[in-house]
Amino acid sequence: MNSTYLSYNNIVSSLGFDSPTVVKNMHEGLSGITLIEDENLFPDPFYASVIDSHYLSKAFKKLGRNGGYTRLEQMMILSLGNIITASGVELTDRVGLILSTTKGNIDCLDPKHHMPPERAYLGTLGHIVKNYFGFATEPIVLSNACVSGLLAIAVGKRFISQGTFDQVFIVGGDVVSNFILSGFNSFQALSPLPCKPYCKQRSGINIGEAAASVLITKDNNNLPAEAVEILGEASCNDANHISGPSRTGEGLYRSILSAFKEAKVGPSHIDYISAHGTATQFNDEMEAIALNRLGLGSVPLNSLKGYFGHTLGASGLVETIVGMHSLYHNTLYSSMGFTELGVSQPLNIITAPTVRNLDCFLKTASGFGGCNTAAVFKKLGS
Amino acid sequence: MKTGQLKIKGYCSISNNRVILNDTLLMEDPGSDFSTFLKLAYKKMVTNYPKFFKMDDLSKLGFLAADILLKPMIRDSEMSKNIALVFSNSASSLQTDRKHQESITDRENYFPSPAVFVYTLPNICLGEISIKHRLYSENSFFIFNHFNVAYLHDYAMGLITTEKADEVLCGWVNCDTDDYEAFLYLVSTEGNIEHHKEEIIKLYTTK
Repeated sequence: MNSTYLSYNNIVSSLGFDSPTVVKNMHEGLSGITLIEDENLFPDPFYASVIDSHYLSKAFKKLGRNGGYTRLEQMMILSLGNIITASGVELTDRVGLILSTTKGNIDCLDPKHHMPPERAYLGTLGHIVKNYFGFATEPIVLSNACVSGLLAIAVGKRFISQGTFDQVFIVGGDVVSNFILSGFNSFQALSPLPCKPYCKQRSGINIGEAAASVLITKDNNNLPAEAVEILGEASCNDANHISGPSRTGEGLYRSILSAFKEAKVGPSHIDYISAHGTATQFNDEMEAIALNRLGLGSVPLNSLKGYFGHTLGASGLVETIVGMHSLYHNTLYSSMGFTELGVSQPLNIITAPTVRNLDCFLKTASGFGGCNTAAVFKKLGS
Repeated sequence: MKTGQLKIKGYCSISNNRVILNDTLLMEDPGSDFSTFLKLAYKKMVTNYPKFFKMDDLSKLGFLAADILLKPMIRDSEMSKNIALVFSNSASSLQTDRKHQESITDRENYFPSPAVFVYTLPNICLGEISIKHRLYSENSFFIFNHFNVAYLHDYAMGLITTEKADEVLCGWVNCDTDDYEAFLYLVSTEGNIEHHKEEIIKLYTTK
């Protein structure tokens, strides 16, 4: 089978509007999570990673197309536009577009929103992005809970392997909304403090917003320095519960095993794990169990939720892109918020930026509906 | 890599208050509304799965169609099978999203419920089917404005030829304000119908 690569990439988040800035801020120990007081979003003050609205609209206005776009559309267009320009790829009928999102323009369902509620249709979001850039193919919207971003990478790779496309642009995004905050709060899953993945004092998640984009290509020319090869990927369901993870981490275990099989690697090849780490009690414990079942308990690991919050449909993309830059800089970044291990199995949590030769990393994600996804990426020329 | 032409092993549709399995009309009840019809179909198809009643309409619809199609094919329900689930629709989980939004719009009448919120993701329907049929396999939920046979066809073929799945349960399960529709088909290495885009369209439009 032909190789596929993750190429040009971008992150629009509270830590910056391009991948190098975001990674530099992470390296310096900055978090995008702040205390937000906004009654339109939530009755009480809450911690979240929210993009500065003035900064967003200023950046969007520079594109010269004012008005008529929602917050999420602006984020996605900014992010995707960046990599379409950087890559110089012509948008022919051999180029696909995948959008990964859990809730899209869900804020438009609020009667107070200035856009009509019909804007919440995800297909509409897909076509707005398609038409803005002039893609020649129908947009593929993937909405598969919190694995959407990572699964979108797997889906893009498969469409290329299958011969449907030569290149696929992926853009993922979700916004912080009263819809999402009220829902996670009804599950008592929101942390009253900045989140602490895998930590003994963890008390739930922070929601975040971001848009992230990456180009998947089979063309090994014109790749940026941080490009990686997608060695293997898989997605398996827990077949256990719709809102709680399997206690044995079955689906995640199977996903990683199957991704390893395709990648032809084993635990000893993995230099770094970019895990899901939402900082809920059940999720982090489940991951520790699944990773230890695979003998991965000693591999350096982080969760990036302490920097970005849980950015839902964007999270898998944001975290994979940071992983690409981590490999490129040969640097492991701290798992923000962690102080003391609070899961029943050993995990090697990264507590300070560490320079080390890195070749290969594993990215995992898990979500509602019992879904799990794992993918293995390798540095080029190594 | 598995080669050769893939087949469609079976298909099921639930729409216009009719349940059809492989060309056979299993039941119809033209007069009833959607939720009454779902309950009736649940009983008549001997579903016997109390969790069904906790599901939202999208999950109920997808669950029933999958159950009717898979039940006759799966003899040992505890045996794990590698059947991937690749569903699509146009309304995502909007029917339940609207319900959750209603529960939070009015500050004086604020009652968000986790039992509703969990169904504000379309892939929960796939989770429900995975639990019932012990499917530790891949789940993907795509949103298209219309049934997109080309993408589903290529994607299902890719999953089987790369041995990520033995079979793929594919289709369209949609619930919106005044419309519902389920059409599922099982892509396999065996069966009597060719896995061609034209054949799939024919099954989808003549249901």
